[in-house]
Amino acid sequence: MTSIVKPPVKHPSLQTNALGLTKRDYEGAMSTLCAGCGHDSVTSALISAFWELDVPPHRAAKMSGIGCSSKTTAYFMKQSHGFNSVHGRMPSVTSGANAANRDLIYIGVSGDGDSLSIGLGQLCHAIRRNVNMLYVLENNGVYGLTKGQFSASADVGSTSKRGEANMNQPIDPCLLSMTLGATFVARSFSGDKAQLIPILKAGLMHNGFAMIDIISPCVSFNDHDGSTKSYKFTREHEVEIVHADFVPLRKEISAESNAAGGVTSVTMHDGSTVRFRRTAEDYDPTNRIGAYSHVKACGERGEIATGLLYLEEGSGGEMHTLNKTVKRPLVEIPQAELCPGSKALDELMAEFR
Amino acid sequence: MPPTNVSDPNYYHKVVDCQWACPAHTNVPEYLRLIAQGRYSDSYLLNRESNVFPGILGRTCDRPCEPACRRGRVDGKPVAICRLKRVASDLRDDITDRLPSAPKEKNGKRVALIGAGPASLTVANDLLPLGYEVVVYEKYKQAGGLMRFNIPAFRLPAAVLDEETDYVIRMGADVRYGTNIDSMKSLLNENYDAVFVGSGAPKGKELEIPGRREGNSKEVIHIGIEWLGSVHFGHIEKIEPRVLIIGVGNTAMDCCRTSKRLGATDVKVIARRSRPHFKASPWELEDAEEEQVEIVENHAPKTFIYANGKLVGMEFEQLEWSDEGGKQKSKVTGLVTIPCDSVILAIGQDNAFPWIERDIGIEFDKWDMPNVDKTTMESTRKGVFFGGDSAWGPQNIIWAVEHGHQAAISIHHHCQGEPVTNRPPRGMNLVSAKVGMNGWMYSNDYNPSPRAKMTHEELVKRFSAVNVEVELGFTPEQTAREVQRCLNCDIETHFTEKLCIECDACVDICPENCITIAPAGDEADLRTRLSAPALNMTQDIFVSDGLPQTKRVMVKDEDLCLHCGLCAERCPTAAWDMKKFELVIPYALNRSAAEATA
Ligand SMILES: Cc1cc2nc3c(=O)[nH]c(=O)nc-3n(C[C@H](O)[C@H](O)[C@H](O)COP(=O)(O)OP(=O)(O)OC[C@H]3O[C@@H](n4cnc5c(N)ncnc54)[C@H](O)[C@@H]3O)c2cc1C
Ligand SMILES: Cc1ncc(C[n+]2csc(CCOP(=O)(O)OP(=O)(O)O)c2C)c(N)n1
Ligand code: SF4
Ligand code: SF4
Ligand code: SF4
Ligand SMILES: [Mg+2]
Repeated sequence: MTSIVKPPVKHPSLQTNALGLTKRDYEGAMSTLCAGCGHDSVTSALISAFWELDVPPHRAAKMSGIGCSSKTTAYFMKQSHGFNSVHGRMPSVTSGANAANRDLIYIGVSGDGDSLSIGLGQLCHAIRRNVNMLYVLENNGVYGLTKGQFSASADVGSTSKRGEANMNQPIDPCLLSMTLGATFVARSFSGDKAQLIPILKAGLMHNGFAMIDIISPCVSFNDHDGSTKSYKFTREHEVEIVHADFVPLRKEISAESNAAGGVTSVTMHDGSTVRFRRTAEDYDPTNRIGAYSHVKACGERGEIATGLLYLEEGSGGEMHTLNKTVKRPLVEIPQAELCPGSKALDELMAEFR
Repeated sequence: MPPTNVSDPNYYHKVVDCQWACPAHTNVPEYLRLIAQGRYSDSYLLNRESNVFPGILGRTCDRPCEPACRRGRVDGKPVAICRLKRVASDLRDDITDRLPSAPKEKNGKRVALIGAGPASLTVANDLLPLGYEVVVYEKYKQAGGLMRFNIPAFRLPAAVLDEETDYVIRMGADVRYGTNIDSMKSLLNENYDAVFVGSGAPKGKELEIPGRREGNSKEVIHIGIEWLGSVHFGHIEKIEPRVLIIGVGNTAMDCCRTSKRLGATDVKVIARRSRPHFKASPWELEDAEEEQVEIVENHAPKTFIYANGKLVGMEFEQLEWSDEGGKQKSKVTGLVTIPCDSVILAIGQDNAFPWIERDIGIEFDKWDMPNVDKTTMESTRKGVFFGGDSAWGPQNIIWAVEHGHQAAISIHHHCQGEPVTNRPPRGMNLVSAKVGMNGWMYSNDYNPSPRAKMTHEELVKRFSAVNVEVELGFTPEQTAREVQRCLNCDIETHFTEKLCIECDACVDICPENCITIAPAGDEADLRTRLSAPALNMTQDIFVSDGLPQTKRVMVKDEDLCLHCGLCAERCPTAAWDMKKFELVIPYALNRSAAEATA
């Protein structure tokens, strides 16, 4: 914990976004995480992403479970809505919130413990349902909050701080998401904001479930030599197989840069574009099976594949579309219409007789 | 860009903007912290080490530190550094037993100082403790120089001046009051081991325009510094009702405000240029205007006008200024007459050395100024040194003090047979400011209070006598808040590259976007690639060596750093630490102390 709160002084060259807000306006409470925690860098990247997208803070809902990672939501956009659920239940709570009010921008922040152990079933069903949300999984290979037990993302052979090796198979959230039909799957690193911020922006603008697995080192319990989730190991083994730039609708894309070799563009449902620059030969981020096997193969070679790994835009299977729900959020529907009374209920029941 | 060398004392010294800007390098942030702790005597003595006259300077200093102060760039208003110095002085206990003293046993060397102004008194202050026999020749009956004869008592009470000049003199200076030196040659014949000329720039500039010597001009047209002197000595006690002051420097400000106290009712200060070009400090202009002095811009004096041998006005050309290829050009747009009964000329001072013979090896340049070495203060004659206004023309008290310190080092070297060009280097001490887990030895939080405003004596009371001090000083509450506005720029952010794991925590937390981890590059390029562009070229950027994991570099723009310590608090490996920097300044007395730490 810091001895003081961040002084409310602003650098004179601090810019404002379309809403007249500076990045400082997107900050939250002071972090109480350990100094140097990767999660705080993710917070900072989220602040940049929301600010750059001109999201009005009161139009976002920050959802989380339990863990150091789940505390992240307190540290950005203090003006936003939010719900801090019990351990592992964030995906269900978000599904419910989104069902009730589809107009908010949903961001869920969770950890590898919260998502891949106690909450794994919840996560799988949110992916299946294709809930329109950005799912940020701050992955450090341990249960940080409870002092560093191995989590379900720990690699076989990686050791705890005391030297004990993990023997269980890891769950890779990206591979898991691809098999479950997720339409947006990415991996990044808390220490690489140049890669992370555009992916976060694309994920927020994606119409459907967007999974981003962020290697986010735990400085206190998993940044030692035997760790495969340390700053050093991640830097040494990270392979960016595809680089994504997010181009918002407002910015014109020049034909020139589009035509450049190795660049593919995918148009998002709101008209923004994601431009892919492949760094690995033959990698196609729009081919699910190809992407799956490439990422899997990287893993087997001991490489950490990063980038916006898979994107399927416009397939139309987002939760509300699938379920043909009303367009308006429930809060905007007048009480009489929302709850038409016992006469209407009787009529409805009659239909099923 | 090569990695920054922070073991060079100049790097961190420059970060302490106020101390860097102070000609005498007063340790401002430390003395402000001592005030915050109620240690007024310690604060006073720390000041005295570098500036010798804290009580005088706390009221009158030109304060070059304040425009330089980082706080001014952060919230628009610098810390009231100067007026806090006065607080330390006003609230100190009796510190006489803590002052330096002269040894009983002398070192056998005799030094003559000409003039008892701040320059000479500083030389005396520095040499007496080393056992020198110091003889001061002063034309008048009191010590202090222009601080005494020209700075009016409503800005600088005589008691303050007496006390601080006495501290020096009581150490054992042999002051020969009422002794005008009228021949350097005969003084040199007295075989002093060294001579210091601290005689100031005593001659007020003339304005030879038509009418200067007509009618009652002798009684009503005055030269500013002479007139202020006459007021000081009580030779002048009144002035006519309508007074024009020609010139808009600091002397003009003292002349117009003194006129108001001697019965003038309508006082105008006439300037050739427009306000941004005025020589007077902004606060002096404010103080004069508060006393209902009118300031007239863009007027050039043309003639004095008389009726029946009595001065009745002055004619002026009205000017319009334009910028021509970087040079200011004026155009006359009309003529005006401004009625008046008296005029005070305050258009500058000249040096005058009619008493220095030109055949004794002391060379003068084409402007009839002595050739003086910028570092050693030595003239072209070995063993004769100059300092204060006498060296390069009128400056101010704090420069006179700094010249005195440097001259004292030179005199000491000269007398000990060491080359005067051997300048002892500045040193530094750097110690971690950390106390406990999340504590610092300074108050690191940012205090958003606005700058404290000085309370002034009410107008009627102020004009009742020439010596009613106008500034009343800060209240305890004002002092308590104002010291907390200081950003503690001497508590430096210190970086150790080999510890850094490139977690970005410092980059993310910094409230002023000072920190960036970036691929290396040359300075001009790096300055554009930072968290916030480093546009202030007067402020350095710190650049580390390649970082262990990625070989990128850590860059810090010093410009707007609040010294809040958050970067260090969020750093998991203490790669960033806050370290207290102390500049070790060599004086004649402790030349080797600085060498030891350098
Ligand atoms: C009106 C006015 C207001 C000022 N206000 C300020 C201010 O607010 N703040 C500030 O910092 N500075 C101010 N200054 C400037 C400041 O006073 C001088 O820069 C400073 O005093 C110079 O110090 P010095 O020791 O070089 O010389 P001086 O202070 O001029 O002292 C020289 C001494 O030498 C004596 N002397 C001269 N010739 C001889 C001789 N031949 N034999 C013996 N004795 C001799 C003189 O009598 C005098 O006592 C002001 C100046 C003026 C004119
Ligand atoms: C129902 C329940 N079971 C167990 C816990 C204890 N617990 C708290 S946080 C946590 C794991 C958090 O790990 P992760 O999501 O990876 O977060 P991190 O702290 O590593 O960021 C556990 C098991 C709990 N709070 N609630
Ligand atoms: S903030 Fe304090 S230390 Fe920094 S320049 Fe101003 S007075 Fe000096
Ligand atoms: S002390 Fe550190 S965090 Fe605070 S302003 Fe300076 S560089 Fe930024
Ligand atoms: S917080 Fe410390 S370890 Fe992290 S990047 Fe900054 S200096 Fe390096
Ligand atoms: Mg974890």
